[in-house]
Amino acid sequence: MTLLSVQDLRVSFPRPSGGRVEVVRGLSFDLGRERLGIVGESGSGKSMTGRALMGLIAPPGRVTAQRMQFDGTDLTKLSEKGYRALRGARMSMVLQDPKFSLNPVIRIGDQIAEALEFHTTLSAAARRAKVRDALEAVRIDDPDRVARLFPHEVSGGMGQRVMIAMMVVLEPDLMIADEPTSALDVSVREQVLAIMDDLVRRRGMGLMLISHDLNMVARWCDRILVMFNGEVVEEIGPGGLQAASHPYTRGLIASLPKLDDTRTELPVLDRAALARVNAEVRP
Amino acid sequence: MISRAWLMDEDPATRAQARAGQAWRLARDLSRNPLAMVGLAIIVLLLVVAAFAPWLAPYSPTEGMLTNRLQPPSAVHWMGTDELGRDILSRVIHGARITLYIVLLVAVISAPLGLIIGAVSGYFGGWVDRVMMGLTDIFLSMPRLILALAFVAALGPGIENAVIAIAITAWPVYARIARAETLTFRRSDFIVAVQMQGASHARVIGLHVLPLCMSSTIVRVTLDMAGIILTAAGLGFLGLGAQPPLPEWGAMISKGRSFILDQWWVATMPGFAIVVVSLGFCLFGDGLRDVLDPRQRSKG
Amino acid sequence: MIRVEDLTVRYGPSTVLHGVSFAVAQGESFALVGESGSGKSTILKALAGQVDDWSGQMSVGGAPITRARSRAQAAQVQMVFQDPYGSLHPRRTVDDTLSEPLAIHGLPDRDARVLSMLDAVGLARRFRFRLPHQLSGGQRQRVAIARALMLSPKVLLLDEPTSALDVSVQAEILNLLKRLRAEQGLTFLLVTHDLPVVSFLCDRLAVLRAGRVVETAPVATLRDRALASDYGRELLARSEGTP
Repeated sequence: MTLLSVQDLRVSFPRPSGGRVEVVRGLSFDLGRERLGIVGESGSGKSMTGRALMGLIAPPGRVTAQRMQFDGTDLTKLSEKGYRALRGARMSMVLQDPKFSLNPVIRIGDQIAEALEFHTTLSAAARRAKVRDALEAVRIDDPDRVARLFPHEVSGGMGQRVMIAMMVVLEPDLMIADEPTSALDVSVREQVLAIMDDLVRRRGMGLMLISHDLNMVARWCDRILVMFNGEVVEEIGPGGLQAASHPYTRGLIASLPKLDDTRTELPVLDRAALARVNAEVRP
Repeated sequence: MISRAWLMDEDPATRAQARAGQAWRLARDLSRNPLAMVGLAIIVLLLVVAAFAPWLAPYSPTEGMLTNRLQPPSAVHWMGTDELGRDILSRVIHGARITLYIVLLVAVISAPLGLIIGAVSGYFGGWVDRVMMGLTDIFLSMPRLILALAFVAALGPGIENAVIAIAITAWPVYARIARAETLTFRRSDFIVAVQMQGASHARVIGLHVLPLCMSSTIVRVTLDMAGIILTAAGLGFLGLGAQPPLPEWGAMISKGRSFILDQWWVATMPGFAIVVVSLGFCLFGDGLRDVLDPRQRSKG
Repeated sequence: MIRVEDLTVRYGPSTVLHGVSFAVAQGESFALVGESGSGKSTILKALAGQVDDWSGQMSVGGAPITRARSRAQAAQVQMVFQDPYGSLHPRRTVDDTLSEPLAIHGLPDRDARVLSMLDAVGLARRFRFRLPHQLSGGQRQRVAIARALMLSPKVLLLDEPTSALDVSVQAEILNLLKRLRAEQGLTFLLVTHDLPVVSFLCDRLAVLRAGRVVETAPVATLRDRALASDYGRELLARSEGTP
C-alpha cells in the first residue's frame, strides 16, 4: 500500500547573481509502510528532499511537484495550517543533533506532552501516561526520572532517544530521519537505529532514512535511493550494495576503506566524468 | 585595471586584488541598504561641513552685533541669531568641527583600549580575566554622565578634559564585547594551530584574536557615537565641556534654555543638529552591523 | 620518535588518562582507537602542549617535552584537526594561513614556499587568495594539512582528519596523507574511531578505553580481526555492524 507518492519533486533557491538553482531536480518515488533509505553526499539534495516533504522549505526556497500525495492528502495544495496539523501527528522528522532540537529550558516530559496537547484532547493524566509509554518504547529504563530532567542533563544518545520518543508519541504513519545518528558516538548509533527500526516494524510505520553512510543505510533499509546532484542516479533493491551498477554508487563503495584494506591508494571519484554521464542520461 | 570583473574575481591573483575585492563586496552590500546610505550621507555632510566651516559659514561664529540679538529665522539669518546677536547657522556649522573632534578622539582612545583589555582578558582567562573584568564592571556599573561629571570636576572644564572623561567611561563596553567574542573562539582549532607553530601570545592576540573582535566593535562604536555626542552635549549643557565662546552644540542649547518659550530657535537649532547627526551614526551603524556581522542580522 | 610514558592527565577533579604509555618509531604511523571519552584526543592535546595538568614523561625526537617549549621544538610537532570548518581562521585567506608559520619563524622565500606547498597538497594555485568560506570541506582540509607541513615537522598529529568529510573526499584526503608520509618521511599519530581508516593508513594501533590502553597491536591483527582484548573485539564487531 502506498503511503507517500512523489512525482517530479523540484526544490530551488534563488542565486545571489540572479536566476534560480535547483537542488532537487525531478525526484520521483513511492513509499509504502517500509524502510526507504536516501543516500548521497553533501549537496546531493537529500536533506532538502526530506524538508520539502515536511513542508519546511521557507521562502525564497520554492517547492514544486507534479504529485506529492501523502495517504490521500495532496501535499502540494496543503496550507501552512494544514501542514501543522499533519506534522507531528501523521508525519514527523528526527533531526541530526538533539542538542539543537530540544528546548533547553523545558523539562523533557513536558516537551513530549506538548505535542499531545496540541494535537489531541487527552487529559493531563492520560498525557502523562502516554509520555511514559513513549519513553519506555525507546528503551529508557526509568521514564519517570528522565521525564523530569532538562535536556542538558542527558547524554547525546539519550537525547536522541528522547527525540524519537517525541516523534512516536503521536503514532505517526511516516517518520523521516535526517542523519539521526551522525552526532552520536559510535557505540550508541546502532542502538538508536535498532530502536527506530523496532518502532517502525511494530507500528507499521513508513521510514525514510536520510544519510551519507552507505553501509548503515544498507543495513537498515529495504530499498535505497542514491542521490547525486539533486537527482536519483540509482535505486538499490534488497540485493544489497553488491547489486549497485551506477558508476557513482560503485565509485562511492570503492572509495570506502575496508577493515582488511591493503590497497596502497583508494580509488577516487571522477566528478567531471560523472557529471557527463548524468547529462547524457537526462532527456 | 580596476574593473567590476577584476574586483568580483573569485580567484584573485594577488593579495591586493583579494583585499580590494573584499572591500568592494562590503561596500556593495552596504549600498543596498537605503537607511545606511541615508546615515552615510549625513556623516559625509558632517565631514564636509566641518572641513569647510570657515567658507560655508556666512558670518563669524563668535562675533555678533548686539543690535541684532534674538532675531527669528529669516532670509538673512537662516537659523536666527542668539542673545549676543551671533548667527546661529554659523555657530552650528562651526560646532560640527567640535562635535567631530570629540567623537573621533573618544573613539580613537576608547575603542583600542577596550579591545585590547577585552581580548587579553578573554584570551588568558583565570586571574587576569577576573581582575580586568572586575575593573571593567566597576566602571560599567556607574552611570556614564555622572562618572564623566566626576572626572571633569577633578580635571577641570574644557573640551580635552571632556574627551578624556567620556573616553574613560566608554571603553568598558568595548572590553565586554571583545571579551565575549574572544571567549567564543579562544579554544578554536585555528588558535591552537598558530600556538603550535610557536607564535607568541602577543602575536596570537594581535593578529588572530583582535581582527575577529573588530567588526562587532566597529559596529558598536558607530552606534555609540550618538551616545558620545549626547554625553558631550550634556557636559556642554552643564558648562563643563567646551567653554564660551566656543560654539559647542550642547553649550548652545544650555544658553538658549532661558529663551526657550519666546525665542525657540536659539535652543532648537543646535538640538536639531544633534538629533540629525546622532541619527546618522545610528542608521549607518545599523547597516554596518548587517553587513559585517551576519549573525546579529535583524531580519531572519 | 614519539615516546609517552605513564602519562596521567586531570581535568579538575576527574582523571581522564591513567598512566598511558606507548612509543612510535621514526616514520611509523600509529593509531589511537576508542570511543569518545576514552581519552584518545587528550593524548594528542598533551603532545600538542594544550593540556596544563599532566604528569609522566613525553618526548618527541628524543627531546623531552617540557611545559615551556621553544619555537624550534614547537615546529617539530604539528596537528591536523577534525573539523575543517573550525580549524581555519575565518578572516584570513589561504595565503595568510600558510604564510603565518613562515613569518613566525622568520623564514625567507614565502611566495615560493606557499606555492610549492599548494602543489604538494593538490590545491590549485588559483585558490591561494580565497577565504575559508569560499572553499569546500575537502579543500579546507587540504589547506589545514598544508599549514601543518609548512614548517617541515617530523611528527603529524591527526585528530579524526576525515570524519567530517564526505566519503569520496575522505578517500582523496587519505590518499594525500599516505603519499605525503612516504614523500616526507613523516611520523603519524592518528586518532580515530573508524577502524577501516586505521587499516588503510596505519602500521600499528593502540585501543583505548576510559583513559587506559587496553591493547597494542600491529595492523595485521586488525585486518585478521584477531584483536586480543574483549573491548577490541567489541569495537571490531560494531564496526562491521553486528550489534
